[in-house]
Amino acid sequence: MIGTNLPYTAAGAMFAAFAVWSLARRRWPNGVTWGLLAVSFLGGDRLGDVGNGILVLGIVVAATFGLRPPSVPAAGGEIRALSAVRYGNRLFLPALAVPAITLGGTFLFKAVPTLVDPKQATLVALTVAALAALGLAAWLFRPPASAPIEEGVRLMDAVGWAAILPQMLAALGALFAAAGLGETMSGLLGALIPGQSLIPAVLVYAGGMALLTIAMGNAFAAFPVMMAAIGLPLLIHAHNGHPAAVASLGMLAGFCGTLLTPMAANFNIVPVGLLNLSDRYAVIRAQAPTAILVWIANLAILYLLAFP
Amino acid sequence: MIALAGIAVILIGFLLRLQPLLVVAVAAAVTGLAAGMAPVAILAAFGKAFNANRYVTAVYVVLPLIGLLEREGLQERARGLVAGMRGLSLGRLLTGYMLLRQLSAGLGLTSIAGHPQTVRPLVAPMAEAAADPEGTMPEPERETVRALAAATDNIGLFFGEDVFIAIGSILLMKGFLEQFGIIIEPLALSIWAIPTAICAFLIHGGRLMLIDRKRRAR
Repeated sequence: MIGTNLPYTAAGAMFAAFAVWSLARRRWPNGVTWGLLAVSFLGGDRLGDVGNGILVLGIVVAATFGLRPPSVPAAGGEIRALSAVRYGNRLFLPALAVPAITLGGTFLFKAVPTLVDPKQATLVALTVAALAALGLAAWLFRPPASAPIEEGVRLMDAVGWAAILPQMLAALGALFAAAGLGETMSGLLGALIPGQSLIPAVLVYAGGMALLTIAMGNAFAAFPVMMAAIGLPLLIHAHNGHPAAVASLGMLAGFCGTLLTPMAANFNIVPVGLLNLSDRYAVIRAQAPTAILVWIANLAILYLLAFP
Repeated sequence: MIALAGIAVILIGFLLRLQPLLVVAVAAAVTGLAAGMAPVAILAAFGKAFNANRYVTAVYVVLPLIGLLEREGLQERARGLVAGMRGLSLGRLLTGYMLLRQLSAGLGLTSIAGHPQTVRPLVAPMAEAAADPEGTMPEPERETVRALAAATDNIGLFFGEDVFIAIGSILLMKGFLEQFGIIIEPLALSIWAIPTAICAFLIHGGRLMLIDRKRRAR
């Protein structure tokens, strides 16, 4: 059955090619980093826990030495503009094939669970879509065989260390959980609520969800903590709040926090590299006014509609 | 309290803009030591969790395709398409994209768009062209426009996905409340996400309209 094996093999092969390309051009830190990621994708399950830990340390060392910025593209702006005129809207076909095939594949793989593990349907569909669209683009534009790797590694180098940060932070979350971080934070926040009144309880619940999410980078990690500390005992039991409303609006308060934290790196830090932004927190800055206003609106909905 | 030492490392490291991967590794070590774990146990726990979370990094398999299309002129074509549409302002373009992103995420289709797949090759160049059809805008302002495109993708995704009944966060909430004897339907959770989804659309859409108005005033 196809599960994570197909996407991980594809990603491993791609990172291996990036590593070879980089090492051949004496771009050592980049080559080492993408090479270690290739090892992780292709053989991570056979390395053992300590082996994987050492692999991560290798990546950290390479990143601390500093990944090199992407090399200058072979095709300059004028060549690309000419090519854009030549191919016109055909250029959109492979780009739009990715969402279309991901969508169709996700439904197909869920409907036929014998072929693909339903839990991994989306990731498998995305990988199939990326490969199929690459084939379509190669057929349409007849690029040299090295172009996908050369152009891919250029984008990868532009993302740089930020590409690995989300996975590192997910791993850090596991250690936070082991150290009982959530319980400590919820104890501190719970102590802020005076007496039995509703307004401070709602404020600390929604504020705690946002703050805990900012600290941990993930509303999923914050939810069980705040629900157990304040949502269940105070909002649902003591004040008869509607359970579905308290849960759903609490999670959304956490999502507002996700928009404000570099810890949610795949949303807030990765695009900084992908879009060549010079300010590391440019995306968070662009999101902050919306995040704060939506948090306030969400708080009002919780206070006004969730309680009898 | 000592469990918070890791958070303090993260906070200081990110504020001082030190190398983030190093900051995370140090935070993990500090957190583990504060919890009384042996160094090798910390290394093993971190390595195990890193390996278990590889799917986060697997999405980059789209990069060779995106890079190839950009080599053939995809960004230039996306810009040309938008620059040809008079009346398509930055605010209208991004509001339209946000609506599409919210609706598709609300149907559970969270992975059909994203920063590598759609924002970098399509939405960001289109936003630049809508903001500046003549191509005379200085680079710092272009960066602000691209950051706004990325922000709009995130906002559309976050305040759309919770309307879908089978998304991870809904299943987490349902499962967690069940442990305490509270049985709720996923549909009830997703319906309660709709008012905030509408507020998010109006708030961010309103901000985008304001940005349009400010740009016109100049």
